[in-house]
Amino acid sequence: MITGSVVELGAALRSRRVSSVELTAALLDRIDAVNPKLNAFLARDRERSLAEAKAADALLGAGRATPLTGIPVAHKDVLMTAGWATTCGSRMLENFVAPYSAFVVERIAAAGMVLTGKTNMDEFAMGSSSETSYFGPVRSPWNVDCVPGGSSGGSAAAVAARLVPAATGTDTGGSIRQPAALSGVCGLKPTYGVCSRYGLIAFASSLDTPGPLARTAEDCALLLNAMAGHDPRDSTSLDRPSEDYTRLLASGAGAKPLAGLRIGLPKEYFGAGVDAEVGEAVHAAVRELVALGAKPLEVTLPDVELAVPVYYVLAPAEASSNLARFDGVRYGHRAAEYDDLNDMYEKTRAEGFGAEVKRRILVGTYVLSHGYYDAYYLKAQQLRRLIAEDFRRAYRDCDVIVGPTAPSAAFKIGAKSDDPVAMYLNDIFTVAGNLTGAPAISIPCGFDRNGLPIGLQIQGEAFSESVILNVAHRYQQATDWHRREPADLAMETSA
Amino acid sequence: MSWEAVIGLETHAQLSTRSKIFSGASTGFGAAPNSHASPVDIALPGVLPSLNKGAVERAIRFGLAVGGTINRRSVFARKNYFYPDLPKGYQISQYEIPVVQGGAISILSPARGEVSVRLTRAHLEEDAGKSLHEDFRGKTGIDLNRAGTPLLEIVSEPDMRSAEEAVAYAKTLHGLVRWIGICDGNMQEGSFRCDANVSVRRSGEATLGTRCEIKNVNSFRFLQHAIEFEIRRQIELIEDGGRVEQQTRLYDAERNETRAMRTKEDAQDYRYFPDPDLPPLAIDEAWIARVRAQLPELPQAKRDRYVSECTLTPADAMSLTALSSLADVFEATMRAGVEPKLAANWVLGEFSAAVNKAEIDPAAAPVSGADLGALLARVQDGTISGKIAKDVFEAMWSGEGSPDAIVEKRGLKQISDAGALEKIVAEVLATNAAAIAEYKSGKEKALNALVGKVMAATKGKANPAQVNAILRRKLT
Repeated sequence: MITGSVVELGAALRSRRVSSVELTAALLDRIDAVNPKLNAFLARDRERSLAEAKAADALLGAGRATPLTGIPVAHKDVLMTAGWATTCGSRMLENFVAPYSAFVVERIAAAGMVLTGKTNMDEFAMGSSSETSYFGPVRSPWNVDCVPGGSSGGSAAAVAARLVPAATGTDTGGSIRQPAALSGVCGLKPTYGVCSRYGLIAFASSLDTPGPLARTAEDCALLLNAMAGHDPRDSTSLDRPSEDYTRLLASGAGAKPLAGLRIGLPKEYFGAGVDAEVGEAVHAAVRELVALGAKPLEVTLPDVELAVPVYYVLAPAEASSNLARFDGVRYGHRAAEYDDLNDMYEKTRAEGFGAEVKRRILVGTYVLSHGYYDAYYLKAQQLRRLIAEDFRRAYRDCDVIVGPTAPSAAFKIGAKSDDPVAMYLNDIFTVAGNLTGAPAISIPCGFDRNGLPIGLQIQGEAFSESVILNVAHRYQQATDWHRREPADLAMETSA
Repeated sequence: MSWEAVIGLETHAQLSTRSKIFSGASTGFGAAPNSHASPVDIALPGVLPSLNKGAVERAIRFGLAVGGTINRRSVFARKNYFYPDLPKGYQISQYEIPVVQGGAISILSPARGEVSVRLTRAHLEEDAGKSLHEDFRGKTGIDLNRAGTPLLEIVSEPDMRSAEEAVAYAKTLHGLVRWIGICDGNMQEGSFRCDANVSVRRSGEATLGTRCEIKNVNSFRFLQHAIEFEIRRQIELIEDGGRVEQQTRLYDAERNETRAMRTKEDAQDYRYFPDPDLPPLAIDEAWIARVRAQLPELPQAKRDRYVSECTLTPADAMSLTALSSLADVFEATMRAGVEPKLAANWVLGEFSAAVNKAEIDPAAAPVSGADLGALLARVQDGTISGKIAKDVFEAMWSGEGSPDAIVEKRGLKQISDAGALEKIVAEVLATNAAAIAEYKSGKEKALNALVGKVMAATKGKANPAQVNAILRRKLT
């Protein structure tokens, strides 16, 4: 029962079959038991979590509950959380306690959710495996020798292992969707600007997008209802009328709930480089969608092959500037000894940042340098517009674009650590969504022969969250991939 | 061989918004260190800038006042460099597309008369904090109160040819930004700071020489000295067979010299790129129209009017428009029916002296323009002499009442009664035979001595013109 979905737990809480305190305490015990094997959680604070649960119970008792009141949640450690250690997976912020909360953290608290802890991640969200954390790699609950994906790997692993029904993540090049795919959960990257970035420790400002990870599309919709909204503190936050992202999910299903929906299948997403088992699982999912009434058609995204190189110019460029504030002057790590100011900067940043972060800062500094700016940064910006144009053209013919989330299932820890380019190619199908700003969701659609999850990505046009959530929801009503659970690590512990 | 100096100025005017350009923290000066530093100013992880519309509005006001182009779309860019008082590791500024482009400011050059100094651009940016190198025993303190203060950087074309012109430009600009209410102009507090780009070339040459940028000049006097020094230094260098190296130089007021700070070789690569946290700044016609409607009459328009309608000299017109409050006093004085020249002389003379002595703004003076007008009306109608008026002005300044009341109370009314004056003149003539003889022998000056005697006898109240006439009549 405590491993239920957000919808199931919400119903149980509101009918008073279980209290939030009981639920939270049970999940905290479960986290304590399982986390040593997964390293999915960083900071936890039992007393605080139970106090929040008690407050939620009061609201539930007073009949003032939202659909999320009393439900445990976890936040990716990239999100500033007042009074909580917020490390971004980095030695640079090892002992940093956030003095304020991110917008999405505030919104989720305001909806009554109970924070159970902060989740581990690739350092400064730079990675696709959650191995670059200063606090050690996160492990997949499906196979603890494998990665959970990244950078929101702690959140994905926590949801997959049923440690929390939902968690937040952030997606800069696929960091919600790819770990969701590799961990067998749902992960939604909303349209850029729908969720405020205020309090999200910036990696690449024009790409960073907060979003939810949960077990079902419906749960993601409920979380997004809480997380979305205009925030004047973020100038890129959009001031749009508020929207109920669950509104399409409730309507009568019928045999062909997706009748009339045109699903575009980009030929570029089904070619070489995609693992055969992933391809098969995605094709099977497409057949399922067709059975539900959708009409498939081939589309083409001729410039999408440039998405990864474009991304690996723009994201490091912004990161090199965003991470300049970690200089040892005002907060965070500072080298113990140094000769002068420059020495202090050099030692502090050499000690505080890991190898992947340094690599991206160097790349970003290079592409912005005098004499290289036009050839790299400016060119990448032009290509970014071309890629967006590809999608605009494709959406003339189709409503959503479907394909694999990642080219393969989870890989072994360490397998790609020495090959950054192989690691970067994990994002080959996800980065375009960040470059265009459009929303996309990853949902489970099968397993490979090793029993590792495979993810299906459904992309849509800007502000089409409700549409892609509905496609995912109808698929989940007809299939049970999202209900498959890894062997219970808590049971193994007690056995 | 004669030389010509070529000078351009970059001016940082602190905009008079109550809160910072990208945060809600106060811009107040002199608070305890770091008490006006919000999470955004400290650059905590995760914080984002949100633009203060008031700063944009002031930039628009400036652009309109100098006749520049207000860009309908301008872009904020990050200027990246590491320094402890730069919390984000970058300064948000505008690079390729500034908010204002072009425009001009008309100055009065001692050598060339009225000169139009063209402006290259004016862009919005944030100030850095302050590093405090004293008081921390070998360590450096950081005060971020100033970090994020809105600045308008105003860049001129190299249109000035002497230190005097540079100072005239700086003063005119200083007057303008206060006039339109976008900057308090307080130079001690750093609200108005100038950097000067100086180069020299042989007279008649068309190409520019290599320039040096002089930083850290915080008064008009220092600006003048620093530029004069730099011009001399460059000329001597070239005449001695050397070459000017492109440098940033610091002015040392104590030694009155400029010193090299860094050369072009160690110039930093700031890696400018558009700030992804801030969408391009869009300014629509309606906004510009609103700001235009609120603009006061500009100093240049007033100057032109004062010269053409009031027949004042350009120099007087320039002085009267140094401050809008001073121009207000002048205009109120004229409204009382006072001749422009008389009004200008008094506003720039007695009135300005008193205001400067009291260190107050003209608007706060105990004698208003209307009061001054009432006083000068009595000079014009012959009730009192100009000399007596100065005493009355002093009495007005110390709060003794209206000019008429003071004249009445002190019995200062001018003696214009012909009979009375004739009598006094006769008395003076009776006791000054020597002066009379001198005058009659052709020494015109002797008449002045006699007039002086009559004035003394009447304690200055005699109508000098009338006394003059009576004396001349009696002595022929």
